[in-house]
Amino acid sequence: MIGRPASARVVGLHGAVLAALLLLQFILPAYHHGILTRVMVLAVYATGYNILLGYTGLLSLGHAMFFAAGLYGAGLTVYHLAWPVPLGFISGVLAGLALAAIVGFLALRTVGVAFMIVTMMFAQAFYLLTLYCADYTRGDEGFVLTQDMRRMALGDWTLSLAEPVIRYNAALLLFGICLIACVWWVGSPMGRVLIAIRENEERTTMLGYHTYAHKFIALLISAAMCAAAGAAYGLLFGYVGSTFATIHYSISPLLWVLLGGAATTLGPLLGALCMFYLVDILSGYTTAYLLFVGLILVLLIVWFPKGILGTLRERRLQWLP
Amino acid sequence: MDFGPYLLLAALEGLVTAAVLALTALGLSLVFGVMRIVNVAHGEFFMLGAVLAWGFTSLLTGHPALGFALAMIGSPLIVGAIAWLAERLVLRRLHYDPEATIVATIGLLYIIQQLALSVYGPEARPVTAPVTFRIQFPWFGYAGYKLLVVGVSILFLLATWFVIARTRIGLIMRATQYDRETAQAFAIPVDRVYAGVFAAGAMLAAMAAVLIVPIQQAHYLMGLDPLLLSFIVVIIGGLGSLKGTVFAALLIGMSDGMISVFFSPTLAKILATLLVALVLVYRPQGLFGEVAQ
Repeated sequence: MIGRPASARVVGLHGAVLAALLLLQFILPAYHHGILTRVMVLAVYATGYNILLGYTGLLSLGHAMFFAAGLYGAGLTVYHLAWPVPLGFISGVLAGLALAAIVGFLALRTVGVAFMIVTMMFAQAFYLLTLYCADYTRGDEGFVLTQDMRRMALGDWTLSLAEPVIRYNAALLLFGICLIACVWWVGSPMGRVLIAIRENEERTTMLGYHTYAHKFIALLISAAMCAAAGAAYGLLFGYVGSTFATIHYSISPLLWVLLGGAATTLGPLLGALCMFYLVDILSGYTTAYLLFVGLILVLLIVWFPKGILGTLRERRLQWLP
Repeated sequence: MDFGPYLLLAALEGLVTAAVLALTALGLSLVFGVMRIVNVAHGEFFMLGAVLAWGFTSLLTGHPALGFALAMIGSPLIVGAIAWLAERLVLRRLHYDPEATIVATIGLLYIIQQLALSVYGPEARPVTAPVTFRIQFPWFGYAGYKLLVVGVSILFLLATWFVIARTRIGLIMRATQYDRETAQAFAIPVDRVYAGVFAAGAMLAAMAAVLIVPIQQAHYLMGLDPLLLSFIVVIIGGLGSLKGTVFAALLIGMSDGMISVFFSPTLAKILATLLVALVLVYRPQGLFGEVAQ
């Protein structure tokens, strides 16, 4: 499907996935309803990460800082300045974008694996900063956004983001927007250049493309999505804490994307869903679920590096975006 | 206490941090230099070294120096064996692809950390220092062991330099680093060199950990800080440059130790990261790094 607009099959598949998510809320029991809400927000995070890892070929180990920037950008303004929810969300995304501009300017100057080291380092500095400014962020302990803060007026209605139904549909709306943006963007000329950079950066430069600028924009878009996920997470679930800035939260999207399939549009959702349930089930039996996370990472990369959808695309469904 | 003596104390603390950091980062840099891969589990090898040191010292009763000597030998050997095994079982199958190796070593990080938690437990446990004498300055007394750490670290650094620059093993390593394929054509067992280098890198981290464990305590989460500091050091010094690594370790260790004494350890780490940002702006390849062809 190179160079052609998204085919009917692609549109149909994504439409079917979104429709299934829309219908699932009526049949799912409350517990799984809650989990799926969380998974959709985290899938937005993973989709943002996938743009960088899957399509641009840049491995970052610092995306927790963009997630946390969104979380704090929304949380702090709503909590301390009593901003309304939509404004808080926007400020979260802007915080992520601003951070990505600084980090991108610095980190993209490196070549190869140094990018991963530098992003991880900046993420750790960001994490320490959230601890250092404990007067506002309350550090590890974090703070809770009360139900009053999470109400927003929409015309004559007042929507409370603490309501499960509203929460689910808000998460679905955000995920839908990001998924469609990702499908469209990856097929656009810009997305094609990014894939060319992933495959061979020098050759892309020789073809006359400004690879630094393209990578920079990819990082901005990726960070904006991650920050949107962070802001939504804070506003929907009402808790903001520095745990979300730890290295563990930088590794999670990597795991989800690799499991679902890097450079596939639906891989992030599938990966996040599988991992969330796997951890949920495992933690019923053992506290050492991180051991399994580690094992899965090693097994994936050794025997199954393309992930679920990536392998499926290779073997059967070549049209899969 | 006046400012002068206070500064001396801070400088001594910084020196201890720098010495141990230099050893740890050297291991990371060595592995990157020869194999062109980044070992994210490097900090966990450090942690394993410390935890095993606790194990060895608690095996022996009697003079603490005996147990410590056992730990100094046994702990790096076991960690080296584990690293060698991980290299043979996992990294070799990935053909040392840089990105895949990062993912695999992240997995390794989780596995080692979780196993340490399950076997060793969540407690931080102290190890008795092998020597207890104090050096009496006019203003304060200072633990002699800390200065011993600096001395031993320098010895290890010199030994590493000697092996790399003056022995046949070092020559083979440098040849592999310089051009893998030509080295292979000259009958150098590149495969085994890689396994050995990976194990050696982990052993350096383990040695550093054994040295530091009487000052810090052994804890299953202690690996992250040395990993991040080592990352800072190798980026500032230039990835793969051993000279740059030692120089940057001295710089970062000293500033980290001193800022920690005067202000807070958190601020010290944030400032070190900002220093990295500065280096990246003016010399993206690091202070001693060479521009990639």
